[in-house]
Amino acid sequence: MAKTSAPVSGAVRAEVDEPLRLLAPDGSLADGYEPPLEGDELVAAFRLMLLARATSERAISLQRQGRLGTIATPDGQEAAIVGSALALDPARDWVVPTYREMPALLHMGLPLWRFLLYYRGHPLGNQIPPGVNLLPIQIALGAQVPHAVGLAWGLAHQGSDAVVLTYFGEGASSEGDVHEAMNLAGVRRAPVVFFLQDNGWAITTPVSKQSATRSFALRAAGYGFPGELVDGNDLFAVWEAMRRAVERARAGEGPTLIEARTYRLAPHNTSDDNTRYVDPEDLKRARALDPIPRLRAHLAERGLLAPDAEERMREEIAEEIAAAVKEMESAAAEQPEELLYDYVYEDLPPRLARQRRAALGEG
Amino acid sequence: MPELSMIEAIRSTLAAEMERDERVVLLGQDIGAGGGVFRATEGLQQRFGEDRVVDMPLAEGVIIGSAVGLAASGLVPVPELQFLGFGSQAFHQIEGQVARMRFRSGGRFPMPMVIRAPFGGNVRTPELHSDAHEAKYVQSPGIKVAMPATAYDAKGLLATALRDPDPVLFCEPLRGYRLQKDEVPDEDYTVPFGEARTLREGSDVTVVAWSVAAGMAARAADEAEREDGISCTVIDLRTLVPFDEVAVVEAFARTGRGVVVHEAPLTSGFGAEIVATVQEQAFWALEAPIERVAAPDVPYPIGSIEESYVPDLERVRAAIRRVAEVAA
Repeated sequence: MAKTSAPVSGAVRAEVDEPLRLLAPDGSLADGYEPPLEGDELVAAFRLMLLARATSERAISLQRQGRLGTIATPDGQEAAIVGSALALDPARDWVVPTYREMPALLHMGLPLWRFLLYYRGHPLGNQIPPGVNLLPIQIALGAQVPHAVGLAWGLAHQGSDAVVLTYFGEGASSEGDVHEAMNLAGVRRAPVVFFLQDNGWAITTPVSKQSATRSFALRAAGYGFPGELVDGNDLFAVWEAMRRAVERARAGEGPTLIEARTYRLAPHNTSDDNTRYVDPEDLKRARALDPIPRLRAHLAERGLLAPDAEERMREEIAEEIAAAVKEMESAAAEQPEELLYDYVYEDLPPRLARQRRAALGEG
Repeated sequence: MPELSMIEAIRSTLAAEMERDERVVLLGQDIGAGGGVFRATEGLQQRFGEDRVVDMPLAEGVIIGSAVGLAASGLVPVPELQFLGFGSQAFHQIEGQVARMRFRSGGRFPMPMVIRAPFGGNVRTPELHSDAHEAKYVQSPGIKVAMPATAYDAKGLLATALRDPDPVLFCEPLRGYRLQKDEVPDEDYTVPFGEARTLREGSDVTVVAWSVAAGMAARAADEAEREDGISCTVIDLRTLVPFDEVAVVEAFARTGRGVVVHEAPLTSGFGAEIVATVQEQAFWALEAPIERVAAPDVPYPIGSIEESYVPDLERVRAAIRRVAEVAA
């Protein structure tokens, strides 16, 4: 078991080969580690992880029925996503996501039905409600990382102490945008946390073909800020690394790169079949490290969650998802053709206004 | 009224708008201490500080990409591409992100932003500095494209761009930076987007151009009148998005003949859009095929042969003569 790491402040961690792990797969804690999260916070985190997993199952079923479009689920990455998001204050901090971080979006205040509306393929599915500090879900991987740096820089410029968390994968880390963004963030000491989830796969491409690096966190040294490698299936390790990164950012000490080593337990998305390229033995080993049973074991050991309490929680979650699907489908029933035109510019240029009139049969 | 060069007009407008609106922040390579490679931002960092005139790492993608985040945070970023040709290094951010952020967020995240970019030929730059890439950006819905030809318009269009809630690509002609001088009022004014400027009125042939080609087209028209007795209307579009098709169609309807001029390669240049629009809206008024005077479909060449590439006055005048000579 890895030792508990000392808090990082300004120094670049050198020992990145061994991921920080505070919660073992059997649910036991690292020697001397006392989780600072309160019991109810922990149960809430567990519930969010369960909700994410249950939503994935339901979403895949809805996709097969033609009620949702192609969807990418976070199965196996729930601890990484929930643990990182929990370290943020949704009232002032921001998340700049890709398409696989559903529970983080919910933590920031996005209603579940709105998340589902995006995967329904509705043109307003990415219309983040006012007051919810999220940029839209990004599809061009890596492209959101410069946005996060600019957002962090702009907020700081205007006197805010907000921190911006951006997600990307080990695949997207090959994009030039990610390099350019981290380089700029270092120069400007932008209050941003780069949260890289290495889930082993970029669709069918294994991490071994993505990069020859021993650890993506090492790259932070090249940009002049700390990088930290954590066990991405360990809620506590993720949360502790994030807490340090958020503190640094809020104190004006600049960015941090966190590499969460995890595993994509599902296909890339509903159009993919991972049985064609993932070794079943690898998948079996990865399933044994599933973050949800790991946290459950810990909660059980501490007496924070009785089996019947989880059963009730699952029932509530099923109802919550059913209500969200209903609301999503009701919203999706309205899809006026104006939506194709009305948000391109504040004032439509005359040519586009003419195209709009012609399409809508307004002469 | 003072006569200013385009570069002076741009610099003073940036200063005035930064004074007027504290949300305006400039970012780019060499724009701060150096004042920009063409001195467009000279003195602005000293005046407004390093937080508002920001020297950036040499990386076009993140100059534009971070501007997306700056705009989302509530600022009005003015990223400078040192040359429009380098915009290819940032095209994925401009076309894929800046232009469509308002659209894909259902209006939650408008992108008030002015991307300044010098471009254009005949100044003997190294490779990839001169290309007229405007049509690529016109094909990126969500962004507006301004192409000023005069110092007066550079000021008025830049002020409009900086007050526009949507992103604007503001293309500044290298050839015009210092050579183009005209009267620019001291007081605040704006030039609206989508309203073409008529440089001269004539009854035989309409010539449509933008940026420095507009001035060159007007000189060609002067010669055509003097030497060939052909009377030309010359229109400077000022902005390609929005495109003042009304002014163009009206002029063609009156003259029945015309020439479109641009520095970009012929095929799929914005000239093709103009010709198609005239064909759709003024077909029965046409008396001759419309000619396009453009660069050939080759990469922008090295400087020593660029005169063979960039359309010049002689080619425009010859095209005017040819369309005028077609029997009605």
